[in-house]
Amino acid sequence: MEGEVSLASIPADATAKVLHLYGGRELVTRLAALGLTPGAEVRMVQNFGRGPLIVLVRGTRLALGRREASRVHVLPAG
Amino acid sequence: MATPNRPPGEAPSPTAQGHTHHLLVALAGQPNVGKSTVFNLLTGLSQHVGNWAGKTVEKKTGVHRHDGWELQMVDLPGTYSLSASSEEELVARDFLLTERPDVVVVVINAAALERHLYLVAELLPLPVRLVVALNMVDVASREGGSLDVGALQRALGVPVVSMVASRNQGVAELVEAVVACAQSPAPPPRSPGIRADHAAVWQEITSLLAPSLPPAFPPGWAAAKLLEGDREITRLAREGCDPGIWPRIEGLLAAHEDGVLAVASGRYEWIARVVHTVVPRPRPGQVSLTERLDRWLTHPVWGLAALAGVFGLVYGVTFLVGSPLQELVERGLTAGLARPLRALLAAAPAWVSGFLIDGVLAGAGTVASFLPLLAIFFAVLALLEDVGYLARAAYVTDRFMHLIGLHGKSSLPLMLGFGCNVPAIMGARILDSRKARLLTMLLAPLVPCASRMTVILFMAPIFFGAWSPLVAWGLVLLSLGILVALGAALGQVLLRRERGAFIMELPLYHRPKARTIALQTWQHSAEFLRKAGTVILVFSGVVWAFSYLPNGRIEDSLLAQAGQAMAPLGAWLGLDWRLLVALLSSFFAKENAVATLAVLFAGGQTPHLAHALAGAFTPLAALSFLVAYTLFVPCVPTLATLRQEAGGWRWAALSFAMLLVLSLLSGALVFQGGRLLGLA
Repeated sequence: MEGEVSLASIPADATAKVLHLYGGRELVTRLAALGLTPGAEVRMVQNFGRGPLIVLVRGTRLALGRREASRVHVLPAG
Repeated sequence: MATPNRPPGEAPSPTAQGHTHHLLVALAGQPNVGKSTVFNLLTGLSQHVGNWAGKTVEKKTGVHRHDGWELQMVDLPGTYSLSASSEEELVARDFLLTERPDVVVVVINAAALERHLYLVAELLPLPVRLVVALNMVDVASREGGSLDVGALQRALGVPVVSMVASRNQGVAELVEAVVACAQSPAPPPRSPGIRADHAAVWQEITSLLAPSLPPAFPPGWAAAKLLEGDREITRLAREGCDPGIWPRIEGLLAAHEDGVLAVASGRYEWIARVVHTVVPRPRPGQVSLTERLDRWLTHPVWGLAALAGVFGLVYGVTFLVGSPLQELVERGLTAGLARPLRALLAAAPAWVSGFLIDGVLAGAGTVASFLPLLAIFFAVLALLEDVGYLARAAYVTDRFMHLIGLHGKSSLPLMLGFGCNVPAIMGARILDSRKARLLTMLLAPLVPCASRMTVILFMAPIFFGAWSPLVAWGLVLLSLGILVALGAALGQVLLRRERGAFIMELPLYHRPKARTIALQTWQHSAEFLRKAGTVILVFSGVVWAFSYLPNGRIEDSLLAQAGQAMAPLGAWLGLDWRLLVALLSSFFAKENAVATLAVLFAGGQTPHLAHALAGAFTPLAALSFLVAYTLFVPCVPTLATLRQEAGGWRWAALSFAMLLVLSLLSGALVFQGGRLLGLA
């Protein structure tokens, strides 16, 4: 989809909508169970461009490794 | 999976024993929801902690009595879902499907309703009587979401009880709801459905599966699990299905590889509808305490500084409060018990009183004096976990842990290692990749534990005076430096970039609960006493025997002979036979080193030991000893735990061999290097 980027590239305080998850089934199951499903709104809480990051999804703060975050593709809001 | 004990849907038959009716109640919930608090409130000290059969997952059971009912409570592992992606989830699911509890209580967080209803969405299709414990309603209302509990109950079709477990509110109501639920007919299992684009294939698989599943497995639920790619259910279905049917199902699954997202999305669509009816207005985006604190505590620089500060504080508190206590216990035991015992045994042969007082009682003294330190350490750690800080510690160390091929979660068990390596190895269970778990367990013994620190802190001042804090610090850094180097090397062999996923919830910070902390401290301390305590006690008797046999003089005892036989090896490290024996004895328990030296130098009298040691060795020999000692092979309880957790002696043997070589090599390097520099 046009404008589709990886979650890892979203700056802090920006919001985005999840489009799709890539990666092994186990990783996708775990991410989905924690609320990262297509359509979910996420807000980036912390992203310093290196190392892990924190997103707010469905009312919960999730810490994700950069590699894991790059498997989540999103559409930035606005 | 075993066959269910009872066919689904049958009314629970509370077995009447006198006037008591028995109920089996399972407690389910996601991590960080306060499930343990609810469990603790209900069962208190009746708790029994063990392991699930054949698993390394902790199993807690307990009893709650109420008005003629006896509730057998089982605390299921905290899980986000019921897929088989982790051992915890498999254990929880197996229990629900095969043990058939009379009632399942699922604890959910009212302040993060959407996320927590996911587990409820997984439980509703199962043939169980469900009661929802809506916890943290105080946090939810403070954050602005006023919940309509009645509407939630109607939307879910199961009883909902609101609670504030941390303030003991709603527990009585929960118990009443459980008892009432057990007596009512089982509700028909309901399914939250699947995303529309997969509805047809889900229906098709469901009807194909229906005739061939064991009765405990609802076909709709199992079909969803197949679409999720659940290995366990796939295996069961393949084995149970008619050979003509399975290939058709397999074909459908292959054509819908993305089924996992359709299933998860279906659940969240259902959740969105439920939440819509329950929460009338959206919560305002309020900057909560958590967000303010996290700006500092999860910062790449300030977060690490805070972590260093927190752990400095943990050690400060542990030793400041623990050391006087330790002394008190030791003096009470040796003076308070040894003297009357000696008087009592005046008529007995020398070896009897020797064995009882210098062997067994001295060993008991070691265990007992060690307990205050560990208990305080466990308490402080439980406090940090309970307020929600430990997850942040894992987060800020993630970047650093990548250096050794692991991710942030591994730092939690390793940090436990500073207290004792045994819980560190058990703590590696939280990692989801087996290889990462193995690597963490192999590295854990390189974290200097509290017992090693007590020995180092006892020995260093004798030889290094004002420099001793620097020496102790240097030994810790050396050990951690080797941990990083070894981790990087082993990671290359063992992991090959497969470090597992770093996905972790950061719970909201909240006020700690004294009861949770007290219980956890008690359980960990009791576990230490049971596991390590007995080993140390037995060993103390053995060491004493070795130092007494054959003729009652330590100078020509078996122990001395063993040490003297190894003297050529010791010469390389600058260690005489007594230091070698002390090193060997630390294999059984790290703190044994001082006790052994006390026996060898001062007839068991620790106070005279410092003086005797200072006269016997040069600082260089002492440094070589401390280096070899810090890196020496894991103690017996640690190795036993490693074998149990890694599944086989192979890994324990590898750990033993690696550290033996490292330790002797480092000691020799220090001594020979020092001699070359003319320090000896």
